[in-house]
Amino acid sequence: MESLQFNMTPGVSPISVDIYHLHMAIFWICVVIGVIVFGVLIYALIYHRQSRKHKPVPFHSNNIIEWLWAIIPFLILVVMAIPATLVLMRMDDEAKSELNIKIIGHQWKWEYDYPEQGIKFFSNLSTPQEEIKGKKAKNKWYLLEVDKPLVIPIQKKIRFLVTSNDVIHSWWVPAFGVKRDAIPGYIHEAWVRVEKPGVYRGQCAELCGMHHAYMPIVVVAKTQIDFDKWVAEQTGATLAEKKQTPKILSKEELMALGKTTYESTCAVCHKSDGTGMPPAFPPLKNGKITTGPIESHIQIVLNGKTGTAMQAFKNQLSNEQIAAVITYERNSWGNNAGIVEPENIEKVKSNNG
Amino acid sequence: MNFITYVKRWLTTTSHQDIGTLYLWLSGFLFFFAGVMALFIRTELFSPGMKLMQPDFYNQLVTFHGLIMIFGVIMPAFAGLANWQIPLMIGAHDMAFPRLNNWSFWLLPFGFLLMLSTLFMSGSAPNFGWTMYAPLSTTYGPPSTDFLIFSIHILGISSILAGINIIVTIINMRAKAITWKKLPIFVWSWLITAFLLLGVMPVLAGTVTMMLFDRHFGTSFFNAAGGGDPLLYQHLFWFFGHPEVYILILPAFGVISEVVPTFSRKALFGRTAMIYAIACIAILSYIVWVHHMFTSGVPLTAQLIFMYSTMLIAVPTGIKVFNWVATMFQGAISFETPMLFAIGFIFMFTIGGFSGLMLSIVPADFQYQDTYFVVAHFHYVLIPGSLFALFAAIYYWIPRWTGNRYSEKLGRWHFWLSTIGFNVTFFPMHFLGLMGMPRRISDYGLAFTGWNQVATVGAFLFAVAQMIFLINVIKTIRGGKKAPTPVWPGAKGLEWKT
Repeated sequence: MESLQFNMTPGVSPISVDIYHLHMAIFWICVVIGVIVFGVLIYALIYHRQSRKHKPVPFHSNNIIEWLWAIIPFLILVVMAIPATLVLMRMDDEAKSELNIKIIGHQWKWEYDYPEQGIKFFSNLSTPQEEIKGKKAKNKWYLLEVDKPLVIPIQKKIRFLVTSNDVIHSWWVPAFGVKRDAIPGYIHEAWVRVEKPGVYRGQCAELCGMHHAYMPIVVVAKTQIDFDKWVAEQTGATLAEKKQTPKILSKEELMALGKTTYESTCAVCHKSDGTGMPPAFPPLKNGKITTGPIESHIQIVLNGKTGTAMQAFKNQLSNEQIAAVITYERNSWGNNAGIVEPENIEKVKSNNG
Repeated sequence: MNFITYVKRWLTTTSHQDIGTLYLWLSGFLFFFAGVMALFIRTELFSPGMKLMQPDFYNQLVTFHGLIMIFGVIMPAFAGLANWQIPLMIGAHDMAFPRLNNWSFWLLPFGFLLMLSTLFMSGSAPNFGWTMYAPLSTTYGPPSTDFLIFSIHILGISSILAGINIIVTIINMRAKAITWKKLPIFVWSWLITAFLLLGVMPVLAGTVTMMLFDRHFGTSFFNAAGGGDPLLYQHLFWFFGHPEVYILILPAFGVISEVVPTFSRKALFGRTAMIYAIACIAILSYIVWVHHMFTSGVPLTAQLIFMYSTMLIAVPTGIKVFNWVATMFQGAISFETPMLFAIGFIFMFTIGGFSGLMLSIVPADFQYQDTYFVVAHFHYVLIPGSLFALFAAIYYWIPRWTGNRYSEKLGRWHFWLSTIGFNVTFFPMHFLGLMGMPRRISDYGLAFTGWNQVATVGAFLFAVAQMIFLINVIKTIRGGKKAPTPVWPGAKGLEWKT
């Protein structure tokens, strides 16, 4: 048992600090009311008991008192409502934002899209399965770590545009005071201005299916200079990736890459042993698609299957990864159905248009 | 032969007392059933890591624990109290529609069989929480969801019939001497609750029917891809859901208002205000539902209106708490088991009310929403609220029902262990929520470990206390000391005179 924390932290944005103060104000109001009410109650429980031979005093109404304890709480509520309203209006004001980031919820990962910078990537849980299943010691940020964090500049008003690709998720970073439901068919706004650089963590807050616990959020806040550097790196990397000619990989290379990709991307539903969880998540071991024609196997991995949890992976994984994972699926658990090279993926992609 | 007549007697009974007993036993059985589910949940959450179960089964447990505790425990138990007590308290020989009464009970066991049968179906039982949010429950719901939908239809019919029966009984079957002015406050609370039932159960039935249509008949009520609106589901569900939580608490208010005066040897303070307060809460309950959806992107104006209406509920609720305290003040208080539970109710329900007030402040709600803070809040109003009121009612009236006295010693153990177990379980959940632990997760980060372990220990303590309750009830029914007359010297109600 490490340190036991009791309270909310004030966070790192002006809004989260405002929220913290509202929270403390309403908390202390409740404490004061509680002390008075419980005080009177405890007094009566001690002194007005039958075992002390206390004689009941038969009063049963008093207009003045009854009106007072209706009106006074009402006035307290009015006093509380005013600052709450002001903070809420500030939270709602997305005007004059300096950077837009689109956040898209997927079962069970977040996608971040910087439309002005042309950067787009997925952010997956990076805690290994062995730690979750208790086969390895858990690291400090167990379940609160990702492969690619969201990167933002500090001291800029950042507008988040939050939506979802499948079910409802909720993007929550406590230190920012931002919690926004990601709802398919809606784009809802939220904003934050982070005061100091750091790593901030959060989680999906709306039950979104089986792996709701496994879609954390990690945000790295950097100074503007560092952020610009990051943007340059990212756009460079994307261009380099596009120019690359497809490599030819050996079966061993494909199987090795395929195994790691499968474990991080596919195993949550289809299971490490390929047995799946039918009927929602069909088995891949001796499966219809994994032992059938290669073309339809590639298609379903690229484009997913609408109306199911099977996502389109064409923008999430590289051609090498897709080729490797398909090869891995076709040559594991007793399957023996041929290997796929990155160029096959490229060919199907260009045929699809 | 004997067995058949026994079964036939309970299947065809039209006596309000028999039906009340049936409701209470069904509720008691499901209480232990859903309680064991809660223990599985708490065991899985004892430390980080996937241990006892797969996340999908965890989600099924969360779903059924909620559905059963609400629809199978609290609601039927209060219906059982209504059946037993309302005719006795208003001087009627039975409910207004005895055969309908039989049917509204016997729908329930079959409804729950249908619901629980999904646990054995392939492709997972419903796993999307008792709130059944679309599209997780529609496009992405497992096949067994359809059975859940039909079972909710059945439970809804049962509740509507019971509601009609209670309203008609109270309006038409009162003895001449029982005017509206003299109507016991427990009966008043049920009259108002029955109107809430009639108001919102059809909405729930309609909503789950829309789910069914989305799943199978090509409609897109809640499907954005077809031009529908996932948020519409939440609006409809919470338009039912918020009055529903008052259906779970208003009869509890009625019970506490009967028990506190009896053991304070003093009339209820501000009786008229108490009745108005219940009515006010019932009316307000129809215009606060969006406070369950503050983070869903509803416009600012809506957030403000629903924040104000939600805060307003604190006024009538405050009146109720103040009046109970005023009733005890200058009384001659004694601490029999029903009174212990009533006092526990007043303390801990008030704490739940405070966290409710905190939740109504929208900016703060953005941090609380969907965290363990909310879990702590609603367990504080449902366990020491609804459940403690039910315990108080059962201890209070069981001498009237069986003619026997329950064991005061066991009752005390039950109360103190429940109270300690409950607080050890749920108070730390406030801290977990404020630390940032989302609710409904099957596994969590290391920082949350300490309080989760405390909570799990408390849950088992609470479970032990309920075994004592079961033993006490069975012993009382089987025999025990004969109840004296009068059972409670301070009790004034008509139910003690017949």
